[in-house]
Amino acid sequence: MKRVFLALALAAGFAMQPATAQTLKTVKDRGMLTCGVSQGLPGFSAPDDKGNWTGIDVDVCRAVAAAIFNDPTKVKFVPLSAKDRFTALQSGEIDVLSRNTTWTLSRDTTLGANFTGVTYYDGQGFMVKKSLKVNSALELNSASVCVQTGTTTEQNLADFFKSNNMKYEVVAFAGADETVKAYESGRCDAFTTDASGLYAYRLKMTNPADHVVLPEIISKEPLGPMVRHGDDQWFDIVKWVLFAMVDSEELGITQRNVDEMAKSDKPEVKRVLGTDGNFGEQLGLTKDWVVRIVKAVGNYGETFDRNVGAGSPLKIARGLNQLWNKGGIQYAPPIR
Amino acid sequence: MAIGARPPPRQFAARLQRALGGGAGWKGFFLQLLFVVLLAWTTYAIVDNVRSNLETQRIAAGFGFLTNNAGFDVNQSLIPYSQSDTYARVFVVGLLNTLLVSVIGIFFATLIGFLVGLGRLSPNWLLSRISGGYVELLRNIPLLFQILFWYLAVLSALPPPRQSISLFGVIFLSNRGLVVPTPVPHPGLAAVIAALLLAIAVSLLLRLYVRRQLFQSGRIMRIWPAIFGVLIGLPLLAVLLFGTPFGFEIPRLRGFNFAGGSRIIPEFVALTVALSTYTGAFIAEVVRGGILAVHKGQMEAGASLGLTRGAALRLIVVPQALRVILPPLTNQYLNLTKNSSLAVAIGYPDLVSVFAGTSLNQTGQAIEIIGITMGVYLLISLVTSAIMGFYNWRIGRSMGA
Repeated sequence: MKRVFLALALAAGFAMQPATAQTLKTVKDRGMLTCGVSQGLPGFSAPDDKGNWTGIDVDVCRAVAAAIFNDPTKVKFVPLSAKDRFTALQSGEIDVLSRNTTWTLSRDTTLGANFTGVTYYDGQGFMVKKSLKVNSALELNSASVCVQTGTTTEQNLADFFKSNNMKYEVVAFAGADETVKAYESGRCDAFTTDASGLYAYRLKMTNPADHVVLPEIISKEPLGPMVRHGDDQWFDIVKWVLFAMVDSEELGITQRNVDEMAKSDKPEVKRVLGTDGNFGEQLGLTKDWVVRIVKAVGNYGETFDRNVGAGSPLKIARGLNQLWNKGGIQYAPPIR
Repeated sequence: MAIGARPPPRQFAARLQRALGGGAGWKGFFLQLLFVVLLAWTTYAIVDNVRSNLETQRIAAGFGFLTNNAGFDVNQSLIPYSQSDTYARVFVVGLLNTLLVSVIGIFFATLIGFLVGLGRLSPNWLLSRISGGYVELLRNIPLLFQILFWYLAVLSALPPPRQSISLFGVIFLSNRGLVVPTPVPHPGLAAVIAALLLAIAVSLLLRLYVRRQLFQSGRIMRIWPAIFGVLIGLPLLAVLLFGTPFGFEIPRLRGFNFAGGSRIIPEFVALTVALSTYTGAFIAEVVRGGILAVHKGQMEAGASLGLTRGAALRLIVVPQALRVILPPLTNQYLNLTKNSSLAVAIGYPDLVSVFAGTSLNQTGQAIEIIGITMGVYLLISLVTSAIMGFYNWRIGRSMGA
């Protein structure tokens, strides 16, 4: 009963102490960043066979750790179910929640937490067995649909079927693995989650080639990291670490050339890499914070390619996640 | 000097003093008062601090969320429910689903428990070994594992709806559950129900009459053929006079699933089967213990009166054993109800799944929702205990104990 425990911890936490605004200091004293991730979503956050966590959400945490400690390994990953994630953040069990979480107004306002940016622009889709010969989500009338509880997915699903005047049966599971297993065993005709997740879970299935992702995208799912309310400095750090990764890609700073780029005399590059100005210090970090980040995990594009893009088994196209000046919508404010 | 009777000690004050202060008298009373005040103040401080901290972090608090729109669907509901209903209604839907699985689970667990418990005491070697094997196997495997076994290994192995196992073309069994025809009432239904009620009333009157005859004149009368005839005959007569009471809506395969008819979802079946077989194993041991606690002389006395083994068990041993059985049986009922929260593992929409799960996540109000859920389980358990306590009291009274 992890949830009961978390709720009690939350109540006890609020009962004992006033809310602290010292996350950076706490993390430094602890010598370790605690980061909430998924229980295993390939490409976003999943442990490999040696127990090392990899994925784009994981890299955001590693980048924060690198910016603080100059060591991307100083992260303790806490795997959380969709249901437990917000309570874990509220109760202070984790410092950052980087767990393919959709940014919505109610989550931003009522959970006592803030989204710091968008790591991945996603949208919800459906997967069905090829043998059903279904070509569109609009042909799913009367279908049984498997979905994970405690997600925006569950509500989008209800909206989609209602607005298209279709009937369906929802079968909701607490864990992602149980959901996929039930879909595979034939309990449901369709499985729905964010499109990136569909590709990721298909890799885990016994016969990935037997399943097809339908073309319809039924929602906007901007996925991003979250931090607790009440600590603006920490909010800024997590926000700007992601921005720095995007800005680095835009300026052509890569994991390989970061040391050479540090010698560059282009003013923009100098500001980003800390050879000019004290932007890192303004955040409470060091001057070379971006150098540390890029050395540890690379720029945004490199992280994307390695985890979900062309360089990964998922092979998802950049699409919306391409930089703004290359046809996508990934855009970061300037570091100056 | 008049010699009057000594005034009696002031009973009321003395009793009050003892009740409030224990052995220490008024001093003890003030100490206790101090403790209560301290406790109240601490509670207040905690609640107040939680509230102000939630407010500074701007986390939504309070119970206003219950009237908000839930926006998600549930695949089994005893009351009409759609995505545009409120969280309060989600709570009721979840609670009813929990109660449904608990009540049906308790019924079957009791049945299995009594059969297996008696079976284990049977002089029949094979029957007693099978019962013993059942108990040892079922109670030693973790419940969650058993639930997953029924759900993933047994029910998932059923064919998909298009190849479902059909019974006379009206009942269909597939991995989407069991689909049965839904009865649709016809105009004749009222007459049949009236006839049935009349038959029940006549039967009860007959029984009363027979009992009175037994106690007054010692005559034993056989009435079950008459009762049987009345219970079957009267409704049958009504059907002949007023036409069939209801028709059936036959399920048809349409699209991916069956349309029409009523469906029992596999999640419900898996959970009920697992809960009742698992708890049944514990109840079997409770029953066995209860019967062994009755002195074997009682059985022998029954036999010497010429009663068969079954009759001696039913009339002499079980009523006495019930006094021993009931308290631990209540425990098992409570365990079953609480264990039903494992439903979340297989997607059965019980209280924990839809309210303490989905609703909690959508609203983020962990403290309120976990508080409500814990309170509800406590209430269900207390009510179950109270009912069993009442039954226990009645048994004790009827036995003159």
